[in-house]
Amino acid sequence: MWKWLHPYAKADRAYQLCNTLLPYFAVVTVVCMVVGWVWGLAYAPADYQQKDSYRIIFIHVPSAILSMGAYSSMAIAAVVALVWQLRNAELAVIAIAPVGACVTAIALITGAAWGKPMWGAWWVWDARLTSELILLFLYLGVLSLYHAFEDKKAAGRAASILAIVGVINLPIIHFSVEWWNTLHQGATITKFDTKAIDPSMFWPLMLNIVAFAAFVGTVTLIRLKNEILQREKHRPWVRQLLNRG
Amino acid sequence: MQRQHSYLQLFSAVCKKDLQLAFRQRAEIVNPLLFFLIVITLFPLAIGPEPGLLARMAPGIIWVAALLSTMLGLDKIFRDDFHDGSLEQLIASSYPLPLTVLAKVLAHWMITGLPLVLLTPVFALLLNLDSQALVATVITLLLGTPLLSFIGAIGAGLTVGLQKGGILMSLLVLPLYIPVLIFATSAIDTSTMSLDYSGQLAILGAMLVVAIISAPIAISSALKVSVS
Amino acid sequence: MQLAGPNGAGKTSLLRIIAGFAAPDEGDIFWHDSSITKNYDEYARELLFIGHKTGVNAQLTALENVRFWLQIQGYDDNQDLYPLLAKIGLVGLEDVPVRTLSAGQQRRVALLRLWLNDAKLWVLDEPFTALDKAGVAFLQARFVGHLATGGAILITTHQDLTTHFNDLQTVTLEYRH
Repeated sequence: MWKWLHPYAKADRAYQLCNTLLPYFAVVTVVCMVVGWVWGLAYAPADYQQKDSYRIIFIHVPSAILSMGAYSSMAIAAVVALVWQLRNAELAVIAIAPVGACVTAIALITGAAWGKPMWGAWWVWDARLTSELILLFLYLGVLSLYHAFEDKKAAGRAASILAIVGVINLPIIHFSVEWWNTLHQGATITKFDTKAIDPSMFWPLMLNIVAFAAFVGTVTLIRLKNEILQREKHRPWVRQLLNRG
Repeated sequence: MQRQHSYLQLFSAVCKKDLQLAFRQRAEIVNPLLFFLIVITLFPLAIGPEPGLLARMAPGIIWVAALLSTMLGLDKIFRDDFHDGSLEQLIASSYPLPLTVLAKVLAHWMITGLPLVLLTPVFALLLNLDSQALVATVITLLLGTPLLSFIGAIGAGLTVGLQKGGILMSLLVLPLYIPVLIFATSAIDTSTMSLDYSGQLAILGAMLVVAIISAPIAISSALKVSVS
Repeated sequence: MQLAGPNGAGKTSLLRIIAGFAAPDEGDIFWHDSSITKNYDEYARELLFIGHKTGVNAQLTALENVRFWLQIQGYDDNQDLYPLLAKIGLVGLEDVPVRTLSAGQQRRVALLRLWLNDAKLWVLDEPFTALDKAGVAFLQARFVGHLATGGAILITTHQDLTTHFNDLQTVTLEYRH
């Protein structure tokens, strides 16, 4: 692990790595998103029960999946940052956090918008919606803790610790909310479906999930590049870079 | 100057100091309790004094009030030590920091959590709880308030170095309190229906065990960040 | 060894890095050929740090403060501390809360630790602050004693050391943007 990571402990190498990866992520994002959305929103068949309103899953489901995915990658970066004392990993934590928070917010908003025609209310205390809301709080906690510190070095480490504490708690929170929900209002919510999803809907959904993942990756890489430049702005290699550009 | 390493000595010294300090400024112990009492008084005023309704809402009221009142004391847990430099001395002691932290959290619980547990019968009276629910409330508070202290101390450790850490700390900590709240109130609810609630207690107990083992490590690393 | 330099040069920051509280941007601190971050507990056993913030609790009495420190460092806390209190000029004040003492007296409470430890390395940030002339001389006499037993001292101070130390080295940090 260390051998593989070691070269990227240096900020300029990490910056170069971001630059190399960025085009791939960007291309995958654009291609998958365009194809996925057109396919999903225009060509995929309408649901026999929910008609066209189900089409929001092509945004809702990918964002919900990615909200969790982004949190886990943030926590992994946090572990790397604390265990191997890699400053770049701390920057990665703080690069992912706002992206994850936005994705979570998208999942919540689309969830509410979907809930209106389905359940007749913008907000119901559905277990998954509630967990998602708490996840948003956790993201916001990491962000506000980071911005509360003046010393950005300490800020990165504090945010990493909180991210790890959060990821340990996340399954417990998720489980408890699920359990609380079945206890309090079990039958009010009809689950979307229990049977397997039709291939004509499945493939555009998969495509959209890939698109969203690549999108999160792209934005994170751009943010990470900025964070690295911000932190290293007095170093010679950044000056060189700026002079060249 | 010989050193005799005894973890017990360290543990009791740290615990004793915090208790001593708390008893010298008794307001520290009394104020969160008064706060708890006032919050509980507010609820009947806000939702109406009907006994059935109060008994139905009592678990929620007691637990939300307990969450808020432990938040009040949390800010203090490391703040003085941070400002007078004792925290640095504790870090630079040859003992492992998590042990020191464990002692401090225990002392904090004895100052804030334990009095709550002891005073529960009074609150139960105010909210029209029957004896079954009272027993359940006492047990859940006994298991749950140390858990609140442990989780809260992580937030306190992270924010102790900040100028205005108080509100931020609540933002960090309250979402993490949710599982405790859910299982504790559900245990009390179940008890009012004369059903077995040992499952919820077992989960609370399991969470407490996990917290005792892992929280001190998180708190220590948080404190090291705050001191740097 | 004395660390000198103007305000803001980074003396305190360097001391805190050496004491292991802050991590350096680059490089590492070694003690007996091993990195202090790896073996911090062992290093801490040989280290005595007294910083700007002295670690004296203002609500507790001098005696309680010293005993607490002895306990958290693993020393015997039942020893008779009165002769030492007398020597450092705190007799009669041992039972009042430290906050009622003067700044110099509070500093003395913190400095009592110098007579009560077996640490090899002393890291002291401005130990002479608020001390009177007699106190400064007394402290420097203690430094000589510690050095004679093979100890090392790293201090920052703006005052000139009045006692002559044989192996005194001065490192001056310069202010840089």
